[in-house]
Amino acid sequence: MNTKSELVHKLQQDILMWQGLKPASAACAERIGLGAIEDAFPGGVFPKRGIHEFITVFPEDAAASDGFIAGLLAALMKDGAACVWISTARRLFPAALSTFNVAPERIIFMDVSTEKDALWIMEEALRCEGLAAVVAEVDSLSLIESRRLQLAVEESGVTGFILRKDAQRMASTIATARWQISPLPSVLEEGMPGLGFPRWRVELLKVRNGLPGNWVMEWAGDGFLEVKRVLQQGGWKADENRQIG
Amino acid sequence: MQRRFVSIWFRQLLADWQLIRRPELSAVPFVFAAPDHGRMMITAVSPLAGEAGIEQGMRAADAKAICPGLEVLDDKPGRCEKLLRGLAEWCIRYAPVVAIDEFGKDGLLLEVSGCPHLWGGEREYIKEIVSRLKSKGYAVRLAIADTPGAAWAVSRFGKVTPLIPSGEHAEALLPLVPEALRLEETVLAKLRKLGFYQIKSFIGMPRSVLRRRFGEGFLLRLAQALGTEQETLVPVQVPVAFQERLPCLEPIRTRTAIEIAISKLLESLCTKLQTEGKGLRKGILTGYRLDGQLVQVAIGTNAASHSVSHLLKLFKLKIDQLRPGLGIELFILDVPKVDDVTPEQEAIWTAKPGLDDQSVIRLLDRVAGKVGPQVIHRYLPATHYWPERSVQHTFSVTEKPATDWRLDMPRPTELLPAPVAIEVMALIPDHPPRFFIYKGVQHQVVKADGPERIEREWWLDKGEHRDYYQVEDEQGRRYWLFRSGHYDSEKQFKWFIHGFFA
Repeated sequence: MNTKSELVHKLQQDILMWQGLKPASAACAERIGLGAIEDAFPGGVFPKRGIHEFITVFPEDAAASDGFIAGLLAALMKDGAACVWISTARRLFPAALSTFNVAPERIIFMDVSTEKDALWIMEEALRCEGLAAVVAEVDSLSLIESRRLQLAVEESGVTGFILRKDAQRMASTIATARWQISPLPSVLEEGMPGLGFPRWRVELLKVRNGLPGNWVMEWAGDGFLEVKRVLQQGGWKADENRQIG
Repeated sequence: MQRRFVSIWFRQLLADWQLIRRPELSAVPFVFAAPDHGRMMITAVSPLAGEAGIEQGMRAADAKAICPGLEVLDDKPGRCEKLLRGLAEWCIRYAPVVAIDEFGKDGLLLEVSGCPHLWGGEREYIKEIVSRLKSKGYAVRLAIADTPGAAWAVSRFGKVTPLIPSGEHAEALLPLVPEALRLEETVLAKLRKLGFYQIKSFIGMPRSVLRRRFGEGFLLRLAQALGTEQETLVPVQVPVAFQERLPCLEPIRTRTAIEIAISKLLESLCTKLQTEGKGLRKGILTGYRLDGQLVQVAIGTNAASHSVSHLLKLFKLKIDQLRPGLGIELFILDVPKVDDVTPEQEAIWTAKPGLDDQSVIRLLDRVAGKVGPQVIHRYLPATHYWPERSVQHTFSVTEKPATDWRLDMPRPTELLPAPVAIEVMALIPDHPPRFFIYKGVQHQVVKADGPERIEREWWLDKGEHRDYYQVEDEQGRRYWLFRSGHYDSEKQFKWFIHGFFA
């Protein structure tokens, strides 16, 4: 009996290893500043060897996802490695990435015309060990395609991000995690004019071997900050019409 | 064996070159001019302009007064040297040592010892060179003599024969003017002042007297012309062309066979490249088919490479485009562009992989080979405030930003390719709108920041300035809006959406 449970535990650990997830002992050094979200992943480690899928239907969601990914890239590209950003209709403004501590000149953009080319480049790029991460904006992703990408990732350890534009949220893919980022009203100190830090609702719809959940995150200038208590704040009141900076 | 030298003098190199390029100029007198101390000075004269009395060293304005229909063309520094270099490389077919004439910069010096008999004698040899150059359109004068100095002198000033038999070059020099000795202008002026109009009038004078009057350089030139002093020519080096040939015993038709052929070609090419310290930047593979047709594929790399496996991978992406037809008999691999290879750093110290990481460069090569180099973009900051121009595209992987990225003003995460017109309602002028309608959806503005005025760069284009506002609607979605132009009752102003914030 004892041996059996040990065997099962051992097998579970092995499966986690094969799926690119490090055991808990190495965890503390590899946190990337996502706070409580990282605890949702198996072992409490953000899976770098994996495909992360972001569902973006509206352009506003896409902008929020871009910002969130840029924040993750800042941590992944810390050692000076480059990143590839593949797109068929790119709207990302390179100059904005510096807001999220990413040097835009270290990102190589590949603007292709067809989805097929985008996926081919993504697979090639994921096999390239000199890169920190690969981001691809695609309309849809099939099970087979995602499987190929996952195999490439497991070989090299390059993190893959997919920005999926189709509304079928639950289309089956092999992705390690499925996210949805949507913008939330920013919050400022009482009586201050202008806009606050970008704030998002981060929903983890699916995590392999982990616990899905949702959080409110803010990009606080140089890192993510989890917002525990969401203050209810109204818009303009009639008497403070001149809140504008 | 007696050494023999040929001097080729291009009498009007630039004019001939221009006439070859633009034959329609043959009826028009033209000159080349270059700025010198704020004036345009004539540097080369065409034959027609020369007949009209225009000389080298005149001012272009004066020349135009003499000859009203004169066409003045710009002369670029170094053009003559470049032309001569090209001609020198061409002349290697006649002699192994070809040098550019360093004194006049308008001719070539060839060491032809042991070459003329291949053309049937010196007379035929000279005739062949002259007629070949003439048929190309260059007017030349040639001379052959025992020393480079004598050949130079006779080619420019000789009146009797260009063919100076061995051992007679000293006699041939005697009736020539002192200019034939390649002397400096100050020495020539002195000689003229003293009444020496021919070489024979001073050649018999004691050396000590000549040295005291005209200096050591004069004696050296004299000795070089007479052959008592050796003159070394600096031969023109032709760059090595990297080319590999692979003839096949049987015509090749299958993909595997083509791959083997390419890898064989690359193996021998890469060892050659390695010994020279070069790497391939561009390669063209030509297949000669059984039916006489040629098939070609080309590859390019982002950084010089002499790795067989990498280049083979690039070719493999292109093999589909090779149509073997009945079969390919002969493969030729040409390398039109090579670069120096920077030795790869050992992996021990490279803790920081970056853009110049070899694996990244190889990835870029593969993408450029398969999809095309135009899909790869990299951006650097540009010194413009206008959002569309604030990033500039670069083709180089290693180029570093010249300025920092600006962080003082917010920029949207997503920028629309072109601003889209929206309908707005604003209460007070110069205030952000209370609501706006974009794509049929009404957005209530809750928070806003701005305006940030960005003026149009009038030296680049015309139009109104933009007042940018960062706004947030009741659901927290953040937009970048702008009003084009002032609030004005007469002029038009319009609102646009230009981007989305994270």
